[in-house]
Amino acid sequence: MAAANELVKLTAAQMAEKIRNKEVSSRELVDAELNVIEAAEPEINAFLHVSADEARAQADAFDKKNAAGETEDLPELAGVPIAIKDMIVTKGIETTAASKILEGWIPPYDATVITKLKAAGMPLLGKTNLDEFAQGSSTEHSAFGPTHNPWDTSRVPGGSGGGSASAVAGFEAPIALGTDTGGSIRQPGAMTGTVGVKPTYGGVSRFGAIAMASSLDQIGPVSRTVLDSALLQEVIGGHDVRDSTSIPMDIPPVAAAAREGYKRDLKGVRVGLVKQFTGDGYQPGIEARFNEAVKLLQDMGAEVVEIDCPHLEYALSAYYIIMPSEVSSNLARYDGMRYGLRVMPPEGVPQTAANMMAYTREAGFGDEVKRRIILGIYALSAGYYDAWYGSAQKVRTLIIEDFNKAFEKADVLVTPTSPTTAFKFGEKMDDPLTMYMSDIATIPANMAGIPAMSIPAGLSDDGLPVGFQFMAPQKHDEQMYKPAAALEAALEEQWGGPIWQSLKTPWLGNAK
Amino acid sequence: MSEKLMKYSDAVKEFDPVFGLETHVELCTQTKLFCPAHEEFGADPNTELTPVSLGLPGSLPVVNKTAVDFAIKLGLALHCEINEWSQFARKNYFYPDMPRDYQISQFDKPTNGNGYLDVDLEDGTVFRVPIERAHIEDDAGKNTHVGGSDGRIEGADHSLVDYNRAGVPLIEIVTKPVEGAGERAPEIADAYMRTLRDIVRALGISHGRMEQGNMRADVNISLRKKGETKLGTRSETKNVNSFRGIKKTLQYEIRRQAALLDEGGEVLQETRHWDEATQTTAGGRVKSDANDYRYFPDPDLVMLHITQEHIDEITKTMPEMPREHRARLQEEWKFSDLEMRDIINADALDLVEETIKDGATAAGARKWWLGEISRVANEHGLSLEELPITPADVAEVEKLVAEGKLNDKLAKQTVTGVLAGEGTPDEVVKKHGYQVVSDDGALEKAVDDALAADPEIAEKLKSGNMKPMGAIIGAVMRATHGQADAKAVSALVIKKVKG
Amino acid sequence: MPTFTRETVEHLGHLAQIALTDEEATRLQGELNVIADSINKVQEVASDDVQPTANPIPLEAYLRPDVPQKPLDREEALASAPATENGMFVAPQILGGEE
Repeated sequence: MAAANELVKLTAAQMAEKIRNKEVSSRELVDAELNVIEAAEPEINAFLHVSADEARAQADAFDKKNAAGETEDLPELAGVPIAIKDMIVTKGIETTAASKILEGWIPPYDATVITKLKAAGMPLLGKTNLDEFAQGSSTEHSAFGPTHNPWDTSRVPGGSGGGSASAVAGFEAPIALGTDTGGSIRQPGAMTGTVGVKPTYGGVSRFGAIAMASSLDQIGPVSRTVLDSALLQEVIGGHDVRDSTSIPMDIPPVAAAAREGYKRDLKGVRVGLVKQFTGDGYQPGIEARFNEAVKLLQDMGAEVVEIDCPHLEYALSAYYIIMPSEVSSNLARYDGMRYGLRVMPPEGVPQTAANMMAYTREAGFGDEVKRRIILGIYALSAGYYDAWYGSAQKVRTLIIEDFNKAFEKADVLVTPTSPTTAFKFGEKMDDPLTMYMSDIATIPANMAGIPAMSIPAGLSDDGLPVGFQFMAPQKHDEQMYKPAAALEAALEEQWGGPIWQSLKTPWLGNAK
Repeated sequence: MSEKLMKYSDAVKEFDPVFGLETHVELCTQTKLFCPAHEEFGADPNTELTPVSLGLPGSLPVVNKTAVDFAIKLGLALHCEINEWSQFARKNYFYPDMPRDYQISQFDKPTNGNGYLDVDLEDGTVFRVPIERAHIEDDAGKNTHVGGSDGRIEGADHSLVDYNRAGVPLIEIVTKPVEGAGERAPEIADAYMRTLRDIVRALGISHGRMEQGNMRADVNISLRKKGETKLGTRSETKNVNSFRGIKKTLQYEIRRQAALLDEGGEVLQETRHWDEATQTTAGGRVKSDANDYRYFPDPDLVMLHITQEHIDEITKTMPEMPREHRARLQEEWKFSDLEMRDIINADALDLVEETIKDGATAAGARKWWLGEISRVANEHGLSLEELPITPADVAEVEKLVAEGKLNDKLAKQTVTGVLAGEGTPDEVVKKHGYQVVSDDGALEKAVDDALAADPEIAEKLKSGNMKPMGAIIGAVMRATHGQADAKAVSALVIKKVKG
Repeated sequence: MPTFTRETVEHLGHLAQIALTDEEATRLQGELNVIADSINKVQEVASDDVQPTANPIPLEAYLRPDVPQKPLDREEALASAPATENGMFVAPQILGGEE
């Protein structure tokens, strides 16, 4: 059914417009996406759980309201289906964080973002794959098998949010939610040719986002266009009294900024090139696409300035202290008492509560999670607290100060999102440190709580997507949406259409 | 295993005790510290839970304003420095009753620091106990041990966990090391705990009932040889939950440690437990590196900012403090210093005050609580509050006496009935048919019968010799099963013999 | 510079309440030492005059009104528990008291 295949290629904004014009129903969109999911999943494995029945019921409920004219106050994306990273809690729908320790957990409550999506009449297609507890950069650390990159199914989609990124790249969903602690939305965005946004820390409620590292975690949009992300951010953003780290302020005008950006006039916009993120360390194809994109920004009137952020070179080290410290505490609750897995000790070992916990956690957590827990416990222990955790928190202060100074000279900062394009399965699994380097450019934004996003900048020499990252000052997410939308428009003009024109999608042909 | 003990008087002659108390006070807020689950003592297990208090993935803590207000109140009452910025920290350890496997407490930035509490001692002197800090934290759930004897942890086969209490707000008040107490250390600790209890009740921030676990204390103590300055190794006795227990823990530990040190032995730095049954402390785990709680600022909770305006607002709501309150009551009730001290030492002040509020006279209220009720309490080793009699009951008995419906003997029997759990005074009176027989025919007949039964006495009375009156009254009492009013009998007899 | 001995890794496994296998402990020891080497450089710039940052957004705590809301039903609360008895969560034998 070609028409259905054309439907799924629409942007979320286009879908929404067709819904408003009664050209298509929410149910038709949901069915089209479910068909693609069915066809694509054997190759992609983006979903851990498809909530087809719930999605259809939500779509029908929305269509009924829409027919009755009761949807006018809803957000622009009302009725558009969405996929949810399985790090976000959904009432009545299994939520696992891709960990054996939570397998089968049916939450009794909804995350704030889910409540907002439901209120907006946006059907939930299902829960997407990730590295276990969002810990990883390739989605290979999922306890339920890796997700494949639609651009080359022998390669990873990045991580941790490889499921959401692949689902959106492969047309299994128009948009998705991710969580970003060190780049888990943006780096998979870069590797799958999609848009991924990490809003300002505190801009989107974390209530119901399973905690990895609380001071770094942020829920954000995944989409195929800048505008779609902006529209989605406006649905999920805003102050929430159930999250003490939520900022009491209005949602920044990001959709308006994106629409402004599509006019491709960047006069007066100062774009900062961060010295620490130019030069060595990038695949040549990535550097080339990055430089071309910067040139395009200049062509649209942006002023390019060089920025020195000397402490960014310490960001990765500080991150790998702060993040595991918080992980070690946040993941303590998985102890076999209240929910999830329980494994009793083997024969010969005393059958005590403490041993039950130890054997449950041994069996329930994967290698990467254990590695980070152990590292975090070490960083927080009495003898090393000052040298490690304490020092890392100071580095964080220095990074924030560097960014504050940088944003006096520039409105946005730009870097390549990831040093490499999508790599082969297994390539970095035995070398944690190399895997950690994947996030070198995305981590600083989490450390400083500033908004950042990745958009596709073209294909590298290897034919794989390259990501271009924008960063903006805290609470001014709109400042990055404008140049990002402008760059997207300029690039698509060059390419004669969206980047996914070059993507082969055999599963669309197989879809019913 | 019984441990060697030194005689108390010898121990305090040779050593100076230095003690400290860490008291947990459970706050009587409507909801838990970090989530809007209702908190009520005695609710069905696991019915007062939200995703937050159950530690569900994705749940986040949000601070209860009333808990902060209560902390400020206590800080003011304890003359603490109230810190403009305080911070919640995670204390990490695994335990089945901890829903998140970390406690949210305060570490290096507590809400209240540096204060003191003046306590009145039995001899009328005042001792100042220095306070190190009073910080906010949340409680854990409760384990019921199954399969062993008496629900004790030893020998239990498994445990059942009720998380209702998990997340209930606590304030932990930590004293500085209390020095210079000498032999009075146990008395000072006891007076400190009682004063603290009175304060939290006066502030209305806690029910302050130790027997319900609203207050419990960890008791630290070390000894040092007289004349030395270096502190000795201390023991820590956890979760002592009665005033008597705290006093006795200190007495016991002073005797135990003195005996150890006297023999050239060493006190282990360990956690001990007060055993009410044996009246001893028992050794537990030796403290080691394994107890590394890995405190760090809770990243889910930003800094707590307490402004001067907030403090001023709370200051306006501060009630009269117990010491002033007592002075005022003593004046009102016209009690001597000694009478007042007796009431306080019997832990009966609130009860007497309540009884007077309910209509009893000061002397009447005092008589009952310090008399018969105290006797029964001592007999059973219970506190006055644990007995099944309320101030309203006592006031009711007093009212019946004042109205002439009960005489002293019947009143005492009524109180005994209430204490035996037979119900309210009214119910006890009805059940036993207690009633003063006064001016009705029955009494008159009993008097006539008594006079007729002993004509000799009747003659003496008629001739104006009132000495044998007691014998007649006794006979009437016997005849009326004690329900006659002695005064009324006497008046009736006089009327008869004169008439 | 902190290094991970075999003993340290085992102790950390104990604190983490994870029954690490011998093979895991050996592997972790090697990996953690490589990681430690790399991240140890945070100390180079963490001088005494720098204040630590625990949370990137300068917020002060929102104080929630003390008003009860509907709790979870007991069935909801217990639904995912590995073992329950009489409306309570079952823990295997608990040895010794922690707090």
